[in-house]
Amino acid sequence: MISSSNMMSKSKLISRRMFILGIAKTVVFAGIFGRLVSLQINESKKYRTLSDKNRFREWRLAPQRGIIKDYFDVEIASNEKVYQLHITPENSSNIETLFFRLKNILNLSNKKISFLKKKIKKQKPWEPIIVSDNLSWSEFSRINLFLHELPGVEPIVSIARVYKDTSSSHVVGYVSQVSAKDLKNKKYIRDMAVRGIAVGKTGLEKKHDQDMIGKVGFQRYEVNAYGKRIKQIHHDKGKAGIDYRTTIDLEVQKFAAKLIEDKAASINVMDIYNGDIVAMVSSPNYDPNAFVHGVGNKYWKYLIEHEQKPLMNKAVSGLYPPGSTIKTIVGLSALENDVVSTNLKVRCTGSIDFYGQRYHCWKKKGHGYMDMRTAIKKSCDVYFYEIARRLGVDRLSETAKKFGLGKRVLDGFTEERPGVVPNTKWKKKYIGQNWYLGETLHSGIGQGYYLSTPLQLCLMTAQLANGGYKIKPQIIVGADKNRNNLKNYIKYKKENPAEGITADLIIPNFSINPLFRNQENINFIKEAMYASTNEVGGTSYRSRITNKKFMFAGKTGSSQIKRFTAEQREAEVKQNQIIYKDRDHALFIAYAPVQNPKYAISVVVEHGGSGSSAAAPIAKKVIKKVLERDALRSSKINQIRKDI
Amino acid sequence: MLESGSIHSQLSFRDKILSLDYVLVCSILLLGIISMFAMYSTDNGNFDYHTKSHISRFVVFFIFFLLISFLNLKIWHQTSTLIYVFFFILLLGVKYFGLSSSGSQRWINFYFINLQPSELMKVGLILFLAKYYHRVPLQDVNRIKFLFLPIISLIAPILLVITQPDLGTSLLIAAGGVSVAWLAGVRIKFFAYLSIIFISLLPIAISFLKPYQKARILTFLNPDRDPLGAGYQIIQSKIAIGSGGFFGKGFLNGSQSYLDFLPEKHTDFIFTLFSEEFGFFGSVSILLLYILIISRIVKIGDITRSNFGKLYCYGFATAFFVYVVVNMGMVLGLLPIVGAPLPILSYGGSSMLSIMLGLGIAMSCRVYKDTPIG
Repeated sequence: MISSSNMMSKSKLISRRMFILGIAKTVVFAGIFGRLVSLQINESKKYRTLSDKNRFREWRLAPQRGIIKDYFDVEIASNEKVYQLHITPENSSNIETLFFRLKNILNLSNKKISFLKKKIKKQKPWEPIIVSDNLSWSEFSRINLFLHELPGVEPIVSIARVYKDTSSSHVVGYVSQVSAKDLKNKKYIRDMAVRGIAVGKTGLEKKHDQDMIGKVGFQRYEVNAYGKRIKQIHHDKGKAGIDYRTTIDLEVQKFAAKLIEDKAASINVMDIYNGDIVAMVSSPNYDPNAFVHGVGNKYWKYLIEHEQKPLMNKAVSGLYPPGSTIKTIVGLSALENDVVSTNLKVRCTGSIDFYGQRYHCWKKKGHGYMDMRTAIKKSCDVYFYEIARRLGVDRLSETAKKFGLGKRVLDGFTEERPGVVPNTKWKKKYIGQNWYLGETLHSGIGQGYYLSTPLQLCLMTAQLANGGYKIKPQIIVGADKNRNNLKNYIKYKKENPAEGITADLIIPNFSINPLFRNQENINFIKEAMYASTNEVGGTSYRSRITNKKFMFAGKTGSSQIKRFTAEQREAEVKQNQIIYKDRDHALFIAYAPVQNPKYAISVVVEHGGSGSSAAAPIAKKVIKKVLERDALRSSKINQIRKDI
Repeated sequence: MLESGSIHSQLSFRDKILSLDYVLVCSILLLGIISMFAMYSTDNGNFDYHTKSHISRFVVFFIFFLLISFLNLKIWHQTSTLIYVFFFILLLGVKYFGLSSSGSQRWINFYFINLQPSELMKVGLILFLAKYYHRVPLQDVNRIKFLFLPIISLIAPILLVITQPDLGTSLLIAAGGVSVAWLAGVRIKFFAYLSIIFISLLPIAISFLKPYQKARILTFLNPDRDPLGAGYQIIQSKIAIGSGGFFGKGFLNGSQSYLDFLPEKHTDFIFTLFSEEFGFFGSVSILLLYILIISRIVKIGDITRSNFGKLYCYGFATAFFVYVVVNMGMVLGLLPIVGAPLPILSYGGSSMLSIMLGLGIAMSCRVYKDTPIG
C-alpha cells in the first residue's frame, strides 16, 4: 500500500511538473510563432528586397557614342571596333602566373602590371579589370590562340571613338577617359556609372557630350553566393547617343587645312544668311585619336611645348588685334552716326600729329588725298585716325559690338574667348585708368586694346555682306528652326521693292534684326571692300578673281605685335627680315561672290607678315573651293529641310 | 496486479497493431514525406545526392521505429542501463577511433553508416534516468546520496561531447537528462546551484571554446557585427525566411538556397529552406506538426501507468521540444548558432536513428501502457 501510494503521489508529481512544462512549451512555441509572423508577414517586404539584392547583380554596358557628320553625311567622328583584354580575377586560379604569361604575350611593362595588381586588390574578385583597351589585331589573335591556357582572361570586342580626319580636330574636339574632375562636375557621368566610357573633352564632343554619350545599357544576372553568374534575367541594350550633322563641309575643311598646315593660322567660312559655319580650321592641328585611349606622355609633351600651340582652337580662342579689317566697321560707324560723309577728304602724308604725338600710316610716303572709299581700298591709316578721332571710341565700340566683336559667338563652346572691344567704361573698369584720346586713334585702325577671334571677324564680315542683318552662327544643323528667315526676307524684299527700304514693317513676319540705321551705309562699305580687292591700287588686288562667279570683296589687315622703332621705320625693314615672333599677324576678311553674296571668310595667319601677302592668297583659294561646292550645298539644304 | 500484468504482457499481435498511436505514426510519416521534398529542393531538384540517401534512411528507420514499438516496455526497462553504457562506450570510442571532419571528431565509421554516438546518447540518457528515477522513492529523490549517479551520468557524456567539440549536441543531451530529473522531483534549487556553478565556470569554459564557437556567441549577441563572417549565416537565414512571405517563393524556387547564400541547408538550416519556399503557411504547418507530435508523446505519458513510461515519455517529449526550439530559434535568429538538427527534417543518419529510437520507445510505452514495471 505504502509503495502504491508512494507510486501514486510520485506519478502525480510527475504529471504536475509536466503540466508546468506544458505551459512553458506553449509560451515558447508562441514566441516562435510570433517570430515567424514578424519575419514572414510584417517584415517580408524588407527581406524580399534583401534577397533580391543578394540574387541580382547588374553589369552596365557602355552605350555607343553618337556620330558627328559633316553637312554631306561624311563621318568625321565615328566608332570602330576595338579589341580589348579584360581579366576577371576570380576566374583565374593564379593571377601571378597569368600576368607572367600576359607579359610575354603582350609586352606589358612591369609598371603596368604592378598598377593592375594594385587595382585588383581594391575591387571585388568578380569585377573585371581592363588590362588593355586597344589591342592590335595581332596581339588580339595571339591572346585568342593561347586563350585556353589563360583562365580568367576575356578578349572583348568593344567600340571606341575614331576620328578619320584631323582637319577638324579642333572644332570636333576629342574624347578621352573619364577624369576625377568629370565625375565631380558632371552628374550624367556619375549616374551612368559604367567603366570604360569616353567623355568629350573639347569642341563639339564636349559641348554635346550629354546627348552624344547615349543611355547606358545593363545586363542583370542572377548570381550565386560566390558572385558567379547563373543566368541572365534582363538585358537592356541602352540607347546609342544622338548623331549630329554639322554645318561643316569636310571637303572645304580639308582643303583649307591643307593650305595652312605649316602655319599657325585659322580659317573660318560662314554662310552669310543662316550662319552655317562651312569651315572652321585651326592650324597646326593634332591627332584626336591619340587621346581616345589615353594620350602618351611623349605626344602630350610635344603638344604642350609646341610653340604654335596645336591644341588651341585658334578660330575661337585665338585673340588678335583686328588691325585694318576693322576699318570697315569704323567707316560704317562714322557714317551711321553722321559724323562724316563719304565725301570727306583727308590728306595722308605718311603720318599725322595729334596731341603732341606722331601717328604713322603704314605707307611711309603717304597716300595723298583720301576719301572713305579709297581709304578703305588702300587701307590708309591716317584717314582712319581722323575718322576715329571724330567718332570717338564709345560710338565705335557700340557698332563693333553690334556686329559681333567683343562677345562669344557660339553657345556652350567653352574654349571660346570673348575678345575685347574697348571703350572708356571698359578701360576704367578693367584697367582702372581714364581713356586717352591717343588710344582712340589706335582703336580706329584695330590696334591698341582691340582683340577679336577669327570667328568674330568672319561673323562681322557676314553681317556686313548680308546687308546688315544679325545672324546666329552655328555648327550643328537643325539647332535653329528660323535659320532661313533672312534669306526669305531678302528674297521677299527683292520681289516687292515697292514696299521701301525700311525693314520695320516686315520684320515681325520674319523676325529679322537689322543692325543698321541706313542700309545705304552698309552698301557703301561693301562697295569699298569690292574696290579693295578688285580695283587697281586695292590692298588685295593681287589676290582678286576676275571670274564673276568667284569674284570676291575683302579687306586686308596686319596687326602689329611690336611697335616699329624709328630706325626700323627709317630703314623700311620688311616683315620677313625680323624674327618670327615679332612679325605682324596677317588678316583677311572677305565675302563672295560680289554679286549676290553667299559666304563670308576670315583668314588669320599668326606672324604671317601682311594681310595682302600672307592671308589674302589663302582666302582666294578657299573662296574658290567654297563657291565651287555651292550648288551642291544648296541642293543639300533643300533635302535636309525636307528631312526636318 | 501480477495477474493483470501477465495478461497484458501477452498481448496478441492484433492488439499491438491496434494500440499504436496512429495520429503519431501519420504525423511522423507526413514529416518524413515533407523532409524528402525539402531535401530534393536543397539539391536544386537533383535526386541522386542527398535526397536518395535521406529517403532510404527514412524508410529504414521508420520500419525500425514500427518494429521496436512492439518490443515490450519491460525489455527497455531492463536493458536501459546496458544501452546507456553501450552508447557511452561508443562515445569513448569516438575519442580514439573517431572520424574527423571540419575540426571536430564526432563520428565512428561502421561500414553502412557513419555513426554519431552523441546523437544516440540523447535518447540513452533519458532512458537511463527514467529507469533510475523509476526506482528511487520520492522521499529520497532530493537526498545527496541519490543525486550522485544522475549527476555523473549526466556530466560524463556531456564532457565527452563538448570536447569533440560539439556544443549543440551536448546541450541537447543535457536538456533531456535535466528534464527527466526535474520531472522525477529533483528540487529546482539543485538546478539553481548547478546553474550557478555553471555560470561561475563559464569564463573558464569559454577559454576552452574554439574561436569559432566564441564568434558564434558574439554573433548571436550582434549579428551585424561581421556580416560576411560569423553573422553571415544568421543574416542570410533571416533573409531567406523573411523573403518567403506568406505563401513562399514556391517549391524549388528558393533563391537564397538555390544560389548558395544559405549555409548548411541540408542539416541545420533545412527549416529556413522550407520557410523560404513555402512561406509563413509552410513554416507554421511544420511548427504545428511538431506540436502535434510532442503533444501525442505527452499524451502517451499521460496514459502510461508506469512511472518509468511516464518519465521516459515526458522526458523525451521535452527533449524533442528542446531540439525543435533550439533549431528554430537558431535559424530565426533568436538563439546562437549551436549546430542542432531539426528532428526528422534534417539530413543526417544518426540524428534520424536517435529520433526514431526515441519515438519507438515512446510508442512501446503506448502499446504496453498497462504493463507494470517492477
